[in-house]
Amino acid sequence: MGTLTLFSIRPRSAADARLGSTVDRFARRVEALPPGICPVAAQAALLRAGAAQTCGKCVPCRDGLPRLAAEVDEIVACTADAGALERCRALAEMIRDTSDCAIGYEAAAAFLEGLDQFTDEFSAHIDQHRCTEGIGQSVPCETLCPAHVNAPGYIALVAEGKYADAVNMVRKDNPFPTACAFVCEHPCEERCRRILLDAPINIRGIKRFAVDNAPADTVATPPRSVDTARTVAIIGGGPSGLTCAYFCALMGHRVTVFEARAQLGGMMRYGIPAYRFPRERLDEDIRGILEAGTITIRCGEEVDAVRMREIADTYHAVYVAIGAQKGKTLDMPGADAEGVMSAVDMLGRIGDGDYPDFTGKDVAVVGGGNVAMDCARTAVRAGAKTVSVAYRRRKEDMTALPTEVEAAIAEGVEMMVLQAPSSIEVDDEGRCRALICQPQHIGPVKRGRPAPVAADKPPVRMPADVVLIAVGQDIDAAPFEACGMTTTWGRLDADDRLHAASGPRNVFVGGDCQTGPATVIKAIAAGKVAARNIDAFLGYNHKVACEVEAPAPHANDRTPYGRVELIERPARERRADFEDVELGMSLEEARQECGRCLRCDHFGAGATERGRQQYA
Amino acid sequence: MHNIAINGEPVIAREGATILEAARKVGVRIPTLCFLKERSGVASCRVCVVEVEGEPYPVPACATPVRDGMEITTDSPKLAAYRKMALELILSSKGAALASLACEEGAEATELSKLCCELGVQVPADVDGTDALPVVEGNPFLSYDPNLCIECQRCVGACNAAARNHSLQSRMRGSHVLIDAPFGADWRATDCESCGNCAQACPTGALSLKSRRRSEAPVETPAGVQDAEARFVRTTCPHCGVGCQLELEVRDGRIVGARGAQGASNRSLLCVKGRSASYDFVSSPDRLTSPLVRSPETGELEPATWDEALDVVASRFTALRDECGGESIAAFACSRSTNEDVYLFQKMARTALRSNNIDSCARV
Ligand code: SF4
Ligand code: SF4
Ligand code: SF4
Ligand code: SF4
Ligand code: SF4
Repeated sequence: MGTLTLFSIRPRSAADARLGSTVDRFARRVEALPPGICPVAAQAALLRAGAAQTCGKCVPCRDGLPRLAAEVDEIVACTADAGALERCRALAEMIRDTSDCAIGYEAAAAFLEGLDQFTDEFSAHIDQHRCTEGIGQSVPCETLCPAHVNAPGYIALVAEGKYADAVNMVRKDNPFPTACAFVCEHPCEERCRRILLDAPINIRGIKRFAVDNAPADTVATPPRSVDTARTVAIIGGGPSGLTCAYFCALMGHRVTVFEARAQLGGMMRYGIPAYRFPRERLDEDIRGILEAGTITIRCGEEVDAVRMREIADTYHAVYVAIGAQKGKTLDMPGADAEGVMSAVDMLGRIGDGDYPDFTGKDVAVVGGGNVAMDCARTAVRAGAKTVSVAYRRRKEDMTALPTEVEAAIAEGVEMMVLQAPSSIEVDDEGRCRALICQPQHIGPVKRGRPAPVAADKPPVRMPADVVLIAVGQDIDAAPFEACGMTTTWGRLDADDRLHAASGPRNVFVGGDCQTGPATVIKAIAAGKVAARNIDAFLGYNHKVACEVEAPAPHANDRTPYGRVELIERPARERRADFEDVELGMSLEEARQECGRCLRCDHFGAGATERGRQQYA
Repeated sequence: MHNIAINGEPVIAREGATILEAARKVGVRIPTLCFLKERSGVASCRVCVVEVEGEPYPVPACATPVRDGMEITTDSPKLAAYRKMALELILSSKGAALASLACEEGAEATELSKLCCELGVQVPADVDGTDALPVVEGNPFLSYDPNLCIECQRCVGACNAAARNHSLQSRMRGSHVLIDAPFGADWRATDCESCGNCAQACPTGALSLKSRRRSEAPVETPAGVQDAEARFVRTTCPHCGVGCQLELEVRDGRIVGARGAQGASNRSLLCVKGRSASYDFVSSPDRLTSPLVRSPETGELEPATWDEALDVVASRFTALRDECGGESIAAFACSRSTNEDVYLFQKMARTALRSNNIDSCARV
């Protein structure tokens, strides 16, 4: 043996310990990948990152990745020749198949996947010497908001204390400022440019601050256009239908909303519990919308096939936005027992004030989405002794927002993960006694998600007097199919402009009944698109007045800050009532949060001709 | 109104004005390249950066609104260095053709060239590309040479925000802006009106007017006229009733180009006629330079004096009027006449020809 190995507490590379902030910046750079970026350029960047990580040992990675990256750079620059794609593929396959470790083979595999995923984009660079149509950056938050709300505009208005103007800036694209302030899943925050410096702006929290200071029903809607004497019928008074009603009314059309339930609001009243979105706050938005113009409300009128035909014959245009109202059922023994109910039925009854009493009962909820969390947290408030959520996958695989899951846990809900419900135990009187589950273990990734596989473990019995099924919703399309409208997978068919694919030619379709159950903001976006296209269908090209402008921007504040999060009332207190759980920002907090916004409408691509994603 | 200071001098600026606007108003020059008033202000070239007291980094004067109490410095060694670097980056971003613009001088030099002279920027030693990108020139009036394009997007603003034709758009080429000039072989199928406002906006000559004779072979010039530099003569477009103001570029006694001037009705815009068809005829060999009267003997048109010609016209019209009555005559004025001429023309028709049958084609 040669020299004795000396152990030292010093790391081998002195730089390694200091690399932490570089890693963090790298991660944030990736997270903030701007929407609209050229996917080929993104592939090239990923490849360069891979090449930089080589340890320098084996040839395919050490020499192959830089060569590949250089070729791809040529493709990005549109200077590559016709053979470039095939050369790249051959080289990448060699690197993938012969690299010694994951640093090499994963880089090549990622590139090969990109090559297949973005075939059109790669060939456009070679054949047409340009990116495909539509590539180009814009304001990240505005682009990723399905309704393209002018977020930098209203953030700047809130910063100046102009809350009513902020409300109308939101309304330009979305007549539900309050709903979005409370329950929006805020896709706008996903790639907020501020991530590059610290963390995304709390856009939803800022909107909440605006509507708390200027309730929507105290802010006058913009002036409407002159009466057109055109009639528009809207089937369904949920977020999509009411949005369409609002914009059609502002355009001067005469709107009638047919709603099957007793009150307006759709899933915002009959699905989302009051502790997440207090009813009186929902009513503020609705009152604001009804101010916009000639809107006649006909609640409690279900539209069947006969009525639908009549409506299509009588009105100049019709928008069908009936949502997805039918709770899916589980086909398992005991599913028809007393005490087993669908989540949407229970939440629906609550919408009209019919609260269940689960005092002393064990409640099991089946599902892992936001509706399952809504049910579980409602059951807690209805006095249940225990509440468990049975879910086939892991907690991190739940489709519910992580904050919702955490909130439910804090309120005492037990997450029984990796449990696939197999049957319901029923007593002699036909009442449900327990939920029986087959334990699972997490297996390989299928279609992008780790899939559960039955584990070699005995079934688990969860005592349950009530079982709430929250495994998705279906659309009740029958009356519309009877009018000649077609469906795919139970969803009503429509083109990109939401014109119904078949049936009466004056019918438009949008929201959950066209896409399947989705978010409130997507339903709102569809309502707006429908209103524009209905306007065009009626032969108009109305511009909806906005009357507020984004204030002049300040230079970016480049100092990193922490992100202001909305805090919730203590779990032990809030679990006993149906009052709002979340607390809004303070003035100080709102100011700091608004001050972080980088005003991407003014700085960067947002200032260019194609830099905004807005409906004129 | 905002009270600000520019280079230490107190200035009162309009609320909402940019630093650039405020500085220009009091005659302080801030160099600009990608900015074009009322057309485009994307703040891409960073040549107009200025320092603002209290701001840690320079800001673009073209896109930064003034605030009360702002103290602005428009020149400093750091700003000069940044401006120079920006221009050097621009010059070396394509091939040698763009780089060579740095040393062009004279009235006809491009705006980029003039700016390089002003800021002392030389032809860069190395350039990033070649001049290999194909020139787009299917359109009979306009052409686009991407090798000279600096991606400033002024033309995009001109076509969209000013001319509002929305025919010329920016697209992407990887991480570069690509100017999609609608002048290819399929130019007829586009919405482009060939108005050339994009070319007038272009600071490098990447977009250019074909009718401009600068590069053509030298032609015979009217005796004795020699201009060292081009002159620009302000006039009114003769083509239609809009009355656009334009500047004719005159060299060696010949009109070689036209550009829109700031006029009440056109605000520097022109249409295809005003820009590309309002001067060629001046020195056309086909142009009539004296009246022609058809000789009764030969049946051919022969040169005559104005007096002779007008006598013929006056006597024949009088005869026709007396023979057939005034209502048998109609008077039709050319749309290229001025309002004053058309007024006199109708007066003549009513009083001399005794006809109320009057019209003009001036309804563009
Ligand atoms: S920094 Fe502001 S404008 Fe930019 S993406 Fe974030 S919220 Fe939107
Ligand atoms: S605006 Fe300038 S700094 Fe921002 S992404 Fe575009 S090129 Fe880069
Ligand atoms: S010639 Fe006129 S219409 Fe055509 S691209 Fe240029 S500005 Fe637009
Ligand atoms: S063509 Fe001219 S005006 Fe247009 S982007 Fe290029 S350099 Fe700028
Ligand atoms: S012909 Fe064109 S340029 Fe001339 S005055 Fe009319 S609109 Fe203006």
